[in-house]
Amino acid sequence: MAKTTTAPRARAKAKGKTVAMTGNAGCALAMKQINPDVVAAYPITPQTTIVEEFANYVANGQVDTEYVNVESEHSAMSACIGASAAGARVMTTTSSQGLALMWEELSIASAMRLPIVMHNVNRALSGPINIHCDHSDSMGARDMGWVQLFSETAQESYDNTIIAVKVAEKALLPVMVLHDGFITSHAIDRFDVLDDADVQKFVGEYKPKHALLNVDNPETFGPFAMPAFYYEQRKALRVALDAAKDIVLKVSNDYAKISGREYGLFEEYRLADANIAIVVLGSTAGTTKYVIDEAREKGVKVGMLKLRLFRPFPAAEIAAALSHLKAVAVMDRSDSIGALGGPVYLEVKAALYNSKKRPQIQGYVYGLGGRDTGPDQIETVIEDLKKIAGGKEAPREAVTLLGVKE
Amino acid sequence: MANIKELSRRPDLLSGGHRLCAGCGASIAVRQVLLGANAPVVAGCATGCLEVSTTPYPYTAWKTPFIHNAFENSAATISGVEAAYQALKRKGKIKKDIKFVAFGGDGGTYDIGLQSLSGAMERGHNMVYVCYDNGAYMNTGIQRSGATPFGAATTTSPAGKVRQGKPQQRKDLTQIMAAHNIPYVAQASISHWKDLVEKAEKAFAVDGPAFINVLSPCPRGWRTASDATVEIAKIAVQTGFWPLYEVEDGEWKLNFKPKELKPIVEFLKPQGRFKHLFKPENAHLLEEIQNQVNKNWEALKKRCGAE
Repeated sequence: MAKTTTAPRARAKAKGKTVAMTGNAGCALAMKQINPDVVAAYPITPQTTIVEEFANYVANGQVDTEYVNVESEHSAMSACIGASAAGARVMTTTSSQGLALMWEELSIASAMRLPIVMHNVNRALSGPINIHCDHSDSMGARDMGWVQLFSETAQESYDNTIIAVKVAEKALLPVMVLHDGFITSHAIDRFDVLDDADVQKFVGEYKPKHALLNVDNPETFGPFAMPAFYYEQRKALRVALDAAKDIVLKVSNDYAKISGREYGLFEEYRLADANIAIVVLGSTAGTTKYVIDEAREKGVKVGMLKLRLFRPFPAAEIAAALSHLKAVAVMDRSDSIGALGGPVYLEVKAALYNSKKRPQIQGYVYGLGGRDTGPDQIETVIEDLKKIAGGKEAPREAVTLLGVKE
Repeated sequence: MANIKELSRRPDLLSGGHRLCAGCGASIAVRQVLLGANAPVVAGCATGCLEVSTTPYPYTAWKTPFIHNAFENSAATISGVEAAYQALKRKGKIKKDIKFVAFGGDGGTYDIGLQSLSGAMERGHNMVYVCYDNGAYMNTGIQRSGATPFGAATTTSPAGKVRQGKPQQRKDLTQIMAAHNIPYVAQASISHWKDLVEKAEKAFAVDGPAFINVLSPCPRGWRTASDATVEIAKIAVQTGFWPLYEVEDGEWKLNFKPKELKPIVEFLKPQGRFKHLFKPENAHLLEEIQNQVNKNWEALKKRCGAE
């Protein structure tokens, strides 16, 4: 069973230092410490400060990365695919429209089994155009065969970026690390970072089995697969992505040994003795913890499950962690328009359907396009859950849009 | 430049047995260009006839490392491969000198891949981009592209009661690429193998990006006999429809300069795609095409200082 808690208590072991910097600066620092062979990237708000910071590392000779300033995100991912197939360790970063422009390339990267690591700073998809946080960009990419790791804080984003490199290369799959636009990307946070040498030792040297640059053994990448072969290749991708769950746990455990910071598939917060709970991911988990602590003071037995790994979706582990509850609220920072609710809600509900014991579930969408999500919104969710758990109300059929103007 | 005896000893990096049509110009272009590399070379290709016909899984016709990514990004993909090479060479992980070439048809180059190509050339990657121009989206069944000549009938610019094939002039991609001020740009034809192989050798030899636009007839799309491919490509050059020239470090040079151009109808007449232009009521269109060829030829001669 998955380890599901973050353990700040273990920090004493960690080497390195404590820094105060933005989430994006932390991500750029992790990239610098990884020192990838190739970075091909294109600027977009709110990701821009990552490519700027990394450009400074390049300009000052602090990395020996080949930094390709492409003319679009489509070319960013295209060049990453070429570089990764060539046999290089490759990273990139984007947001929103940039991720959307890469769409076609995302599924080619995963189908070609290329361990590209991409940081996506979550931003709402147009239209209307908006630069602020929601998860519609990366949730839209959820079926593209990438591992997706969500981060609540700058600390998690920094750690996930380093972990992602090892996960990608072990799973032979691309990995997307997510953190919230502006909230995590631009706010200065206090967190711990490793020494460069420890990061280098952790990621090790990348030795690809297949590489275009191995000219003595010519291989063809990206051939044309007709109905007789396509299906099996998609099956192979599913098998590989399912297997990535254990790889994420293994690499996270190895990382805990050098950092003192433990990560599981998800984090359980005051969940074991709870009878109601909120499922959430990203920075809103921080606000939710604060509200839960206040509610607990008043004797409300509420907990939280914060997702870290969204793809592959750890359905059995989540079902097991939630089955003892009476009522669960699932909060989505993106909508799956035309569906029953947001993508996290749909997945969690589906994960629980075949459980003998399962809670009532209600879905919420919140914070689209950067709409502020304060404690008051979480409080209303807890009030709803109390009514459902007490049998006073049935869960609403339709998704509830929190904080929207009527 | 290697002589034909030397060229015959170089390995053929595209094997026979691929599934391109009899008389296809694309494979001729690829084999001649790869002869010019004369070093280990990594090839890429945009989605299109060449790609689907040479890599039907689990087979491949490529005897050199090859990558296909998607339709519009052959240039960006190979630019990434080249970037990886630069990084790994700098780190001492690769010792050999390796060349890089991206292929694309005219659809994947003039149209959907133009941005990717322009970006890769502007960034200065040490790579060659080769467009095999057959003047339409042949892989999907002969749809018009930015390279389709004026008046040509395609399945999306058919000749009908009120339209006589493609109503627009073709885009001059070779000159667009020359405007990138890269070290080497050339226009070549599969009919002039010595000229093409020489151009490929120059393109691979320069330090930085190079572009070659190769006329590669398509018997299916041009409605010509499959044994007439080389001949029709030669007439394209002789009529001035497809002048052979190169731009080397900004110096424009005409590589084939006949005393007199053959009339353009000699190029148009054998091709079924121009059949409708030979109806009496379309005589003015033939005249318009001839005028356009003359105008382009004079302008090119002027640029090349070949008056």
